[in-house]
Amino acid sequence: MSITIEQRRQHRLMTIEKSLATRHRKEKRFRRLGLMAVMTGMTLVAILFASILMRGVPAFWQATFFMELYFDPEVIQLEEKPERASGESPSDFNQRLSAWQTQAGLVNWQVLIDRALEDKLSEDLEPSQLRDLRALLASNERFTLRNKFMDDPSLLGQTIEVKMLASANVDVWLKGNIDRDLADARQQLSAQTRAWADQLYEEGIIRNAFSTALFLNTDSRSSPASAGLAGAFMGSLFMMMIVIALSVPLGVASAVYLEEFAPKNRLTDIIEININNLAAVPSIVFGLLGASIFIGYLGLPLSAPLVGGLVLTLMTLPTIIIATRASLRSIPPSIRQAALGIGASKVQTVFHHVLPIALPGILTGSILGVAQALGETAPLLLIGMNAFVANVPSTPFEQSAALPVQIYLWQGNELRNFFEARTSAAIIVLLALMLSLNALAIWLRKKFETRW
Amino acid sequence: MTMSVSKQALGVAVVAALSASVSTSAMARETVQIAGSSTVLPFASIVAEEFGNTFSQFNTPVVGSGGSGGGLRQFCQGVGENTIDIANSSRAIRSGEVANCNENGVNEILEVMFGYDGIVFASRIDRAEFELTPEHVFKAAAAQVTVDGELVANPYTRWSDVDSSLPDQEIVLVIPASNHGTREVFEEKVIHIGCESVAEVEGDACNNLRGDGRIVEIAGDYTETLARLDAQADAIGVFGLSFYDQNRDRLQVATVNGVVPSLETIGSGEYPVSRPLFFYVKGEHLDVIPGLAEYTEFFLNDMISGFGSPLEDAGLIPMDEAERAEALEQFQARTVVSPAE
Repeated sequence: MSITIEQRRQHRLMTIEKSLATRHRKEKRFRRLGLMAVMTGMTLVAILFASILMRGVPAFWQATFFMELYFDPEVIQLEEKPERASGESPSDFNQRLSAWQTQAGLVNWQVLIDRALEDKLSEDLEPSQLRDLRALLASNERFTLRNKFMDDPSLLGQTIEVKMLASANVDVWLKGNIDRDLADARQQLSAQTRAWADQLYEEGIIRNAFSTALFLNTDSRSSPASAGLAGAFMGSLFMMMIVIALSVPLGVASAVYLEEFAPKNRLTDIIEININNLAAVPSIVFGLLGASIFIGYLGLPLSAPLVGGLVLTLMTLPTIIIATRASLRSIPPSIRQAALGIGASKVQTVFHHVLPIALPGILTGSILGVAQALGETAPLLLIGMNAFVANVPSTPFEQSAALPVQIYLWQGNELRNFFEARTSAAIIVLLALMLSLNALAIWLRKKFETRW
Repeated sequence: MTMSVSKQALGVAVVAALSASVSTSAMARETVQIAGSSTVLPFASIVAEEFGNTFSQFNTPVVGSGGSGGGLRQFCQGVGENTIDIANSSRAIRSGEVANCNENGVNEILEVMFGYDGIVFASRIDRAEFELTPEHVFKAAAAQVTVDGELVANPYTRWSDVDSSLPDQEIVLVIPASNHGTREVFEEKVIHIGCESVAEVEGDACNNLRGDGRIVEIAGDYTETLARLDAQADAIGVFGLSFYDQNRDRLQVATVNGVVPSLETIGSGEYPVSRPLFFYVKGEHLDVIPGLAEYTEFFLNDMISGFGSPLEDAGLIPMDEAERAEALEQFQARTVVSPAE
């Protein structure tokens, strides 16, 4: 009798041990799979970032000329820059000033650059070599020179050290982004220009300097080396201001109403379902809507950050409503009950007790929504924001590009050798902005977080 | 209390922003707005930039893309400040588009021709060289061809099947989709001419391209075509001359009828696949939008679009003096495109 009991116990123990071993194996396998999933994700992100950084980081430095330039009074034959006389009306003065500016525009600034270069190359140039010479420098630099002079006419007759961008093809050549062994017919620059570029680089007149143009200039097609992100950045900034000004108050107000005040019935259910549906609508649909309503019906301007901001507001609104509601729902009812219990009204309860606690969640949701809107491209293409704009917009009503659209435009530029790196650099700038917005969201959440 | 005050402030801000947006919609636009052909876009952008830099009193025009068809559709939406002023087009406007324009109140369509562009066939630099004729391309691309006097579904899979002089390479042809003006030129100057050599195929049947994946249509820019060539090493792409020119280190160009495409051979008409480039100006906007007439005349200036100009550097084939003078004269006389054309 006792033996059989003992045997049975043994048997049972063995069964348990066996199943335990299987369970442990299963658990290990599951953990390993989980770890592998995480590792795969991390590796993919690492590859993505590494490839963008590897291609984009070199574009933050670009071939730049550092040389003396003589503001030759024989070339710059201009009257004195008009000063406002006492008693002169502003419109008269502006007229005189703009006449002077037109005159300054007619000066052959290119000649000054040509002469400075000739000086550096210490060669006597044939007129036929002028084309090769001009291929060295970004063609927009003559306007930079003009603007420098217009700001400070006392430069006349002086020799100063100036910093000028080399042309895009020279940058490509010096960085080795084009195969240096290719035959002449396949090169973008003539043999002469290439030899000069190498010579000047060795002499230190062309240096690989940090590219301020990338941040301070607008997009450029006539002089690709000077293409920058300033216009796109301002456009994105205006759009985000509009998105924040419209979607945060609207989103938070509707979430508070739906969560705290609205009765729970069929109608609010339908509204809730539709908000969730709206969050799932592809962004390009909002673009189509924006094009037909804001531009077609309301007659708002094409390519303007105003319209972009409105379209992105529509897109961000459901995200903010959902985040705010989730954040309100996570607040324990005891807080509301306590407030109501000591005689606070419903509104007082919400504004004095519930909202402050929900604030970190609302802020996080809003910032993430705005960050998503910042990177959105598709709807902007439909409202004409993919246009080439060479001005920095000063109001949201002026035409402008936006950062993600600028990336799209540069990606499509025909000068591939130069713009492949430039595009990656723009992506790095956009990613850096996104990451800092996300960091801000995390910081705010930590700062205002309430624990109980 | 503080909460409700700031909420009020936010409400005021929202109302202010909305009313501001409504009031400015009545404000006059001061910047010329352009859209259309992606072939013309680089040229128009360069002109716009030079224009803005040269005339300090005008804003730099804004140049959008969308293809010739897309640009003309936007152009014909009507007259008013939220419609574009200029449509770039790599083909002449169609009579249907003129009718659509007129219906929407756009009656003064001013056509401006500003130069020529060549269309080239290019393949990857590490592949064989091609010497094509329109007939080769038609036989490689058509849905039906004749074999032994009979009309059959296109049986060719390699270029050497089409003609023994061509390399033994898979047939994959990457062409622009129909939203591009380039497509029309490709059909007219290559496919139709090649089609004529095949007596059995006539009329609309000439336009039937094979649908077995050997013809790839690209709706985007030439960069997309280039990316396709990166992925499919054997593919031959259809590009504008200027695009090829700026990517000579990656692409090699095929001759057509034995002629190498270049500024000279296209300018002289020796290379057969070329076309004039246009933009269309909305006459109704000329006195409303500042800088519109000046931009047009600036574009036609010899310094900008003539020989040795920035546009020639960018790959445009300039018009000769007589053509330039005629284009300018037509614009200045406000010669309107008639719907019957």
